[in-house]
Amino acid sequence: MKYVTHLAPALLLFLFCGPVLAQTDGMVRIEQGTYMPFYSSSKDSVTVETFYLDKHPVTNGEFLGFVEANPKWRRSNIKSVFADKGYLKHWADDLDLGPNSDKIRDSPVTNISWFAARAYAKWRGKRLPTLDEWEYVASASKRKPLASRDKEFVQQILDWYSRPNPDTLPAVGQNTPNYHGIYDMHGLIWEWVQDFNTVFISGESRSDQGELKQFYCAAGSSAASDVDKENYAAFLRYAFRGSLEADFSVSNLGFRCAHDIE
Amino acid sequence: MRLPRDVFGKTLVAIMVMVTLNSCAGDQEFNPEEAEIVGEEEAVLTLPPEVPPPIERDHATKLTVNLEVVEQEMRLSDGVQYTMWTFGGSVPGKFIRVREGDMVEFHLQNHPDNKLPHNIDLHAVNGPGGGAESTFTAPGRETVFTFRALNPGLYVYHCATAPVGMHIANGMYGLILVEPHDGLPEVDKEYYVMQSEFYTEGDYGERGVQPFDMEKAIDENPEYVVFNGSVGSMMSDNAITAERGDKVRLFVGNGGPNLTSSFHVIGEIFDKVHYEGGDRVQENVQTTSVPAGGAAMVEFTTEAPGNYILVDHAIFRAFNKGALATLAVSGEENGNVYTGQQLDRVYQPEGGAIQELPEEQRTIPTASTLEERIEFGRETYMSVCQACHMADGSGIEGAFPPVAESDYLQGNPERGISAVVHGLSGQITVNGETYNGVMPRQNLTNEEVANVITFVMNEFDNGGGEVTPQQVQQVREQGSETR
Repeated sequence: MKYVTHLAPALLLFLFCGPVLAQTDGMVRIEQGTYMPFYSSSKDSVTVETFYLDKHPVTNGEFLGFVEANPKWRRSNIKSVFADKGYLKHWADDLDLGPNSDKIRDSPVTNISWFAARAYAKWRGKRLPTLDEWEYVASASKRKPLASRDKEFVQQILDWYSRPNPDTLPAVGQNTPNYHGIYDMHGLIWEWVQDFNTVFISGESRSDQGELKQFYCAAGSSAASDVDKENYAAFLRYAFRGSLEADFSVSNLGFRCAHDIE
Repeated sequence: MRLPRDVFGKTLVAIMVMVTLNSCAGDQEFNPEEAEIVGEEEAVLTLPPEVPPPIERDHATKLTVNLEVVEQEMRLSDGVQYTMWTFGGSVPGKFIRVREGDMVEFHLQNHPDNKLPHNIDLHAVNGPGGGAESTFTAPGRETVFTFRALNPGLYVYHCATAPVGMHIANGMYGLILVEPHDGLPEVDKEYYVMQSEFYTEGDYGERGVQPFDMEKAIDENPEYVVFNGSVGSMMSDNAITAERGDKVRLFVGNGGPNLTSSFHVIGEIFDKVHYEGGDRVQENVQTTSVPAGGAAMVEFTTEAPGNYILVDHAIFRAFNKGALATLAVSGEENGNVYTGQQLDRVYQPEGGAIQELPEEQRTIPTASTLEERIEFGRETYMSVCQACHMADGSGIEGAFPPVAESDYLQGNPERGISAVVHGLSGQITVNGETYNGVMPRQNLTNEEVANVITFVMNEFDNGGGEVTPQQVQQVREQGSETR
């Protein structure tokens, strides 16, 4: 897997310039690659085709631009089937980020439903990443494209999962980017993906059957190998997605966009 | 302990109990599944070690239970913090008390600041997942389901969200009591005690915020085994209490995630144990097994005042991993049951002849330098002292005072010498903690005492210095007045 460097960091400046620019500004081209979902055996790895992914999660400031341009996605207008009552609840009003506006403008937007995330992506001429695309990019550490056996990397993820949310989310892009040049896949928020509900984990996780049986083999019975901790980190993500429905708004759940290659 | 009763009396009582139970069932024909639901109320939940009051109602009701999941950093031991995932803000979670036949409307609330989805499996529920299937709840959501409390008994509840082991290991368990429709026998005190393990990256006692260690959890090798969520949660000022003559009932649970508890109260015999939390009662029990994901109700009467220590009698868990708690019983001494020490004198198997002191038979190297004294002292410490005061001198909170960085020793090293040559009993204060125990006199020579105290002064940051055998002899001659 080769890191494609043709996007200069200067392109970051275009992040706030709206949908008129080339749609892949602020994105990184992710070359085709193969990874192993945590529930798979060594025989069935998943290949992800080349695509573009946002460097950062979408921020409050960017999402404000979206609701300014699209009144029906404002907090007071949104149809209840598209978002529950928590939609954008951390904002003061429809178009007002509130007293902390300077602090949260560059923080990732949260409390948005899957429908709203999808609408934003469409408005930008983009789409949400698939679960496999997201997981593939998320399995990269700073230096390695596939770091699921890197204990330190995995422990950092697990540590973040087990800490409660901070009062105010920090700005995007503060941490070191991963191998692909992508920021904040871990350590900031959970993220929506296009097909978040296709891997079904029911409330009663211990009796999930069929395709999911392998989950429990993966995370339960292959005791004491180095892979286990990564299993648990990924397992927590799948469990989280499993608890969601498309109209939910959650305070630490945001998103970023993807784009097909032309 | 129960006073002895003749066999005939016991049998008679047993027969009477059976007759009473049968007639009860016969008269009322109580069927929890058909019990009429009268009115509604909200359940009172309590933080450990408290238990909600007995249910006075004589009918079933619609009972609403609100339980909020909160993820927060909490104390695991002194100087050690851990991010606990809690039912109701405590580990173990809040105690739930319902009555057999109640229609329980259960609300699980996942606080918006939480990071993870959670659910709840109540072992008191008849239905898929014990409620887990109906309560898978994302952060900032609330789910509701209703169940009928059909089986009286004491049950564990826990989170069953994947990965289940991690959710339980981080503190997600508690107890729910389904009180029989005709109530439990009246007692004077009820307490809630739940054992569990913690798997931290750092060793036992290592300071700071400790993350969860998955490998140790899979190996079933915990750093901490504790009652009610932290080391010392029920010690010193937080000890649970009773008065002499009280009937005490402990609701004992085990959240695991891995270990079975050998639950024991030092100095008490359980008059009754509802083992496994069920209907059957075993009498006169010393130690009862409480499996992970299981519970027991134990009852006893406190005949004599004093401190009674709750332990997991897999005893290294108690003295090295934290599974200790105190029941402090106040009141008048009761010589009819327990006298306390009546005599302490030299035992002379040869019949009064002068004893050959054992130390004369030992060859004890004489230290010629401070370094040698410290080195010889280390050996003595490791063989004689470390079992209680620990290899690093940190002692055991609430039981054995620390000798490391000890204000008690720094203030006056002769107090240390005296404790070794004369023994020490009664209340002392070390580094702000109160200890009220007994240290036996140690059978060591002046040379050995000088060595070991010098070792303690130098190795454990007590200000250094050297104690000589002559000083030890002086303290010996002064008697136990030094302290």
